[in-house]
Amino acid sequence: MLEVSDLSLSVSIQGESVEAVSGVSLKLEAGSVLGLVGESGCGKSMTAQAMLRLGEHQGVTKAGGDILIDGQSLFSMDDETLRHVRGGRVAMIFQEPMTALNPVFSVGSQLIEVIRLHLDMDKRQARARAIGLLQDVGMQDAEQLLAHYPDALSGGMRQRVLIAMAMAADPDYIIADEPTTALDVSVQKRIIALLLNLQKKRNLGLLLVTHDFGLVAEMCDQVAVMYAGQIVEAGPVKEIFDHPAHPYTRALMGCRPEVSEPGVLMPVIGGQVPPPGRWPVGCHFAPRCALADNACQAPVVAKAWRSGEHIARCLHVPEVGQ
Amino acid sequence: MTPILTAANLHKSFSGGGMFRAVTGEKRAVIDASFELSAGETLAIVGESGSGKSTTARMAMRLLPIDSGQMLWDGEDVSSLSARALRSRRHFIQMVFQDPFASLNPRMKIWESVAEGLRVHHRDLSRSQRRQRVAETLALCGLDDSGMDRYPHQFSGGQRQRIGIARALVVEPKVLVLDEPVSALDVSVQAQILNLLNKLQRDRGLSYLFISHDLSVVRHIADRVAVMFAGRIVETGSAETVFGRCRHPYTQALLDARPIAHPAERALDSVPVAADEGVADSGCPFQLRCPRVQADCANFDCRLNAEGYACLHPSR
Repeated sequence: MLEVSDLSLSVSIQGESVEAVSGVSLKLEAGSVLGLVGESGCGKSMTAQAMLRLGEHQGVTKAGGDILIDGQSLFSMDDETLRHVRGGRVAMIFQEPMTALNPVFSVGSQLIEVIRLHLDMDKRQARARAIGLLQDVGMQDAEQLLAHYPDALSGGMRQRVLIAMAMAADPDYIIADEPTTALDVSVQKRIIALLLNLQKKRNLGLLLVTHDFGLVAEMCDQVAVMYAGQIVEAGPVKEIFDHPAHPYTRALMGCRPEVSEPGVLMPVIGGQVPPPGRWPVGCHFAPRCALADNACQAPVVAKAWRSGEHIARCLHVPEVGQ
Repeated sequence: MTPILTAANLHKSFSGGGMFRAVTGEKRAVIDASFELSAGETLAIVGESGSGKSTTARMAMRLLPIDSGQMLWDGEDVSSLSARALRSRRHFIQMVFQDPFASLNPRMKIWESVAEGLRVHHRDLSRSQRRQRVAETLALCGLDDSGMDRYPHQFSGGQRQRIGIARALVVEPKVLVLDEPVSALDVSVQAQILNLLNKLQRDRGLSYLFISHDLSVVRHIADRVAVMFAGRIVETGSAETVFGRCRHPYTQALLDARPIAHPAERALDSVPVAADEGVADSGCPFQLRCPRVQADCANFDCRLNAEGYACLHPSR
């Protein structure tokens, strides 16, 4: 299991250390898909990157909590072990396939490099594995593709190459950060189907980081909703869609164009997400929440709702979602 | 009533960059695009990258030269007008871009960016009159004037898109060309901008040419829809028809690819996982991907029929 336990992260803003992720806990189990949902700036990508201890060179530091893989802390590992974990046990798929691929190396050389970094293979074996991986991600003419450069590929094909690279060393967990956001809708569905297909076949634990509830509906078993650095609601996907508890979850689900009626005003959430450093003292969502009262000015802890699996960080939970 | 925009058989081809075409199947050229936009109406042009929808929009704006075909603005043929002649007419049609950050000069104060159009189209206005017009236009777009002297990086994505809309509106155009105006925004902000566009259209009688690959958004805003594939309009009709009973298999494929609203609607097991992005060089361009393809599709001329679709073997 890949476990984020009460993790807090700080960033440096104008020389001052500011909390950007606050007490986040997540459990990613083999064979399951967990969605981490939220809007830009909520801290979801920062959390996901921390799960590979990425982002530290950009000034993100751990302020508390831990990240454990099969019980072992990522923060107590030596560099060699950490290198093995990155890509070998936990792989990452990024949103923008063009920036994640190096434009001056061919698809084949980049793929073979990753394979040989993690697996003890000579060039010929690695090449054969690269072809196999490209076939696994639905590419026809995999052998010819090795010689091509990333800019010769469409967005969808680049994303397939990145997925192949993530699979190169047979990882146990995949972290996919907005894997389809930059793609055409017509291509998105196939990429999603492909990811889920691989996830099932290889019994992977998949963390999907996204702003899109449609993608969550399509892919996830479990969901965690993030707002301004905190998990505000988490639980099984059907439970969250049928009985969203937190006012933010409900509002975010309501403003999707696919559930709104044409020709009428769409429901909106007034105001803006407060940036790190300007979070309210109590409930982070209170200034934008219709249910907020004086009690919400004090810090709010997450509590179980409906079932032990479904938690929400809201004082007014019994009043909503019923 | 004369349509406010008329495009007749627009055609544009690009030379060069062909080396990798065979791999990506990407053809950005427009082979044949015709449409009409009435006053106060929203026409959405939908399609995937490379379908030619943005190229069509840029020809409609006369930001790109038109190889052949005609473009009429309020009944006047502008297809071959000179740059100078176009400049005096540009206040008629303005554009809002996908990425408001990229389309605003980072070194210019917001009010200066928004006022740029005024310097071209209303040269008689004094500086204080320009500031006044900018403040009024920002207010229309839901921004108060406290941000006028700030710079683009001090605003959120949604605010920047409001600024982008204000910048287009300041010269009081009749038509806005909106190129993926909400696809870079968070859902909650997207809803705010769509509501703003609806309100502006209602209050000011604007016509919108709305370019998007997102059918959920299009369903929300469009009166009529034109679906483009590989440089051609393959189906067109009222939003109700296109969303309710489309005939072209490509339109159906786009509709099927929309995000689902609830986990109970999952049907991913039936979605093939193999890459499938080919475009046929002759006959129907969609034949390589079409579930209804038959032999005669290879010789089809792809013209829209009277019912508004270009397909020999339509759905239903």
